[in-house]
Amino acid sequence: MKKIEVNKLTKVFGSHPKQGLKLLNDGKQKDEILADTGMTVGVNQASFSVEPGEIFVIMGLSGSGKSTLIRLVNRLIESTDGEVLIDGEDITKMDKQNLIETRRKKLGMVFQKFGLLPHRNVLQNVAYGLELQNVSKQEREERAEQTLKDVGLQGYEESMPSQLSGGMQQRVGLARALTNDPDILLMDEAFSALDPIIRTEMQDELLKLQHRLNKTVLFITHDLDEALKLGDRIAIMKDGRIVQIGTAEQILENPANDYVSQFVKDVDRSKILEASHVMKKPKVLTTDKDGPNMAIRKMEEVGASSIFVVDRDDKFQGLLTIDDAIRSHNEHIPLTEMLREDVYTTAPDTPLDDLIGIAADAKYPIAVVENGVLCGIISRVSILSGLVLGKEKENEEATS
Amino acid sequence: MNYFQLPLEQWTNTFVDGWLIPVTSGLFDQISEWIAAFIDGVTNLLIMTPPEIIAILLVLLAWKTAGKGVALFTLIGCFYLGSVALWPESMQTLAIVLVSTMISVIFGVPIGILSAMNSVVDKIVKPILDFMQTLPIFVYLIPAILLFGLGGVPAVIATFVFAAPPAVRMTNLGIKQVPEEVVEASRAFGSTPKQLLFKVQLPLAIPTIMAGINQTIMLALSMAVVASMIGAPGLGDTVLTGISTVNVGLGLTGGLGIVVIAIILDRITQGLGKKL
Repeated sequence: MKKIEVNKLTKVFGSHPKQGLKLLNDGKQKDEILADTGMTVGVNQASFSVEPGEIFVIMGLSGSGKSTLIRLVNRLIESTDGEVLIDGEDITKMDKQNLIETRRKKLGMVFQKFGLLPHRNVLQNVAYGLELQNVSKQEREERAEQTLKDVGLQGYEESMPSQLSGGMQQRVGLARALTNDPDILLMDEAFSALDPIIRTEMQDELLKLQHRLNKTVLFITHDLDEALKLGDRIAIMKDGRIVQIGTAEQILENPANDYVSQFVKDVDRSKILEASHVMKKPKVLTTDKDGPNMAIRKMEEVGASSIFVVDRDDKFQGLLTIDDAIRSHNEHIPLTEMLREDVYTTAPDTPLDDLIGIAADAKYPIAVVENGVLCGIISRVSILSGLVLGKEKENEEATS
Repeated sequence: MNYFQLPLEQWTNTFVDGWLIPVTSGLFDQISEWIAAFIDGVTNLLIMTPPEIIAILLVLLAWKTAGKGVALFTLIGCFYLGSVALWPESMQTLAIVLVSTMISVIFGVPIGILSAMNSVVDKIVKPILDFMQTLPIFVYLIPAILLFGLGGVPAVIATFVFAAPPAVRMTNLGIKQVPEEVVEASRAFGSTPKQLLFKVQLPLAIPTIMAGINQTIMLALSMAVVASMIGAPGLGDTVLTGISTVNVGLGLTGGLGIVVIAIILDRITQGLGKKL
């Protein structure tokens, strides 16, 4: 079953929302309705669904309705029309008691400006959700300490929020949301207020936590790089509408309209592209069957001064240079003793961003190795062309 | 400009004489009795307790809440009140101020909370508060005497009318000032409205509410002389006597006493507001 399912969700702010809704259904645009009636369309018939364990990112500029949308999901704002199913139950129609229960048990929320209680220390803040459920002081503080440990804030239990840096405050916010052990995390621009370095750190942290705890995450951001990094799938919003839903690659390669392509134009490709996207299948030497003569011939064929060597199971062994191959041939030393192992290796999912520096230093191509198996190599040229052309071109070249 | 010839004067008198006093006097007598008992209790407590003990308690309280300087001032102030032989009058004034402040807080804070949460209540309360603060005091002193007789009770009522508005307004402001994100966060984690109020809004509003209570106390003290015009005992009475007998010295002695009490109470409540 879907964890969250949103169907034709609409929010009109103003004195007569139902009238606004009718105008929307008649096909009027957001700005027409504003001009005619003074009412603002926050969210316009948004539909999407989130699978269990998925990170679903809603991305849009300010005023696109994304913050309203996330507040409709836990009903901090009442919707005008449409439904929000949490585990199949429509939150927009719940009575007060059920709504409070659902918020307590199933929905954790992290806020852009943290929303910590300034008069309580870190531990009391993190335990707040459980306190609302009347969990005993001892139990809630034990659980709060555990989540504080999870987010790396051990030792700060007694600190007041105002004494912490922004990054640490948001860790408290995250810990507070996790302490209730909800299935769903709602994150409203959770990292937008943080410095770039801290933001990256928190993004990595979230991915790690998500990997371990397997929460369903609905993440709001205005930062496309963040969306592409975190999102299993991404929805792009404009003027209250969802204009495209897809994976990072789908959105980058097939923007649904001009608005989206305008957006993705400036994306820093080095952050989205991974090693596996730009690597090439190398000509290799197999230790068991090829000797020095074969090695020299293969290098000649591709016009390279070195060649990667694998064993029969494609396990990566090392690199053979042309000089070493000739020495091996002349002095009758076995090839296996001539292999250099001081080449850079990397995993297939390493972001290209991390490889640029290495490639600049390296004398030889970078070997992409997964579980000991050589899956490809990356030369300086392939990184640069990957950045310039995008990954589709690279794939074509690699396969041809 | 007399187009409508509005007989407001006659209407009011007919209303007060014909309905308000005969119909509600039983109720007001009852209220009057409660307030009188309250004032007597507090006054007796303050007068029966040896001045030295009250002075020591005040100095300690000042020290704890506002620091050494204020504690020293409190000590000197207490010596002054004793040395000009106005200690019992000071305690009577203090009692009336404390009772009016307590009544103001008991009514003011909940009304402030309600008006912060409900815009309809807010719209009704606001003009009433404006009315309470700007209507000349003597206008409601007359019906207060009619309903409650002379003495401490009408003084407390009149003081309440004049001094309660800041408690209401500042409570309202304090609650509205709580950051939206914090309120949202609390709701998102499933707080009931009651939990939201007691765990988030009130604790965060306390400094502002304390500032309101501080203002209430100051306004209550400023009513001391007026209160004495309708028979309330205390330093106001001393000042009135000074005025009516053209005794400048007596007037100043009593007036300074009011100032001393005002400063002590102001610094203590301010300190308390910062501590909480």
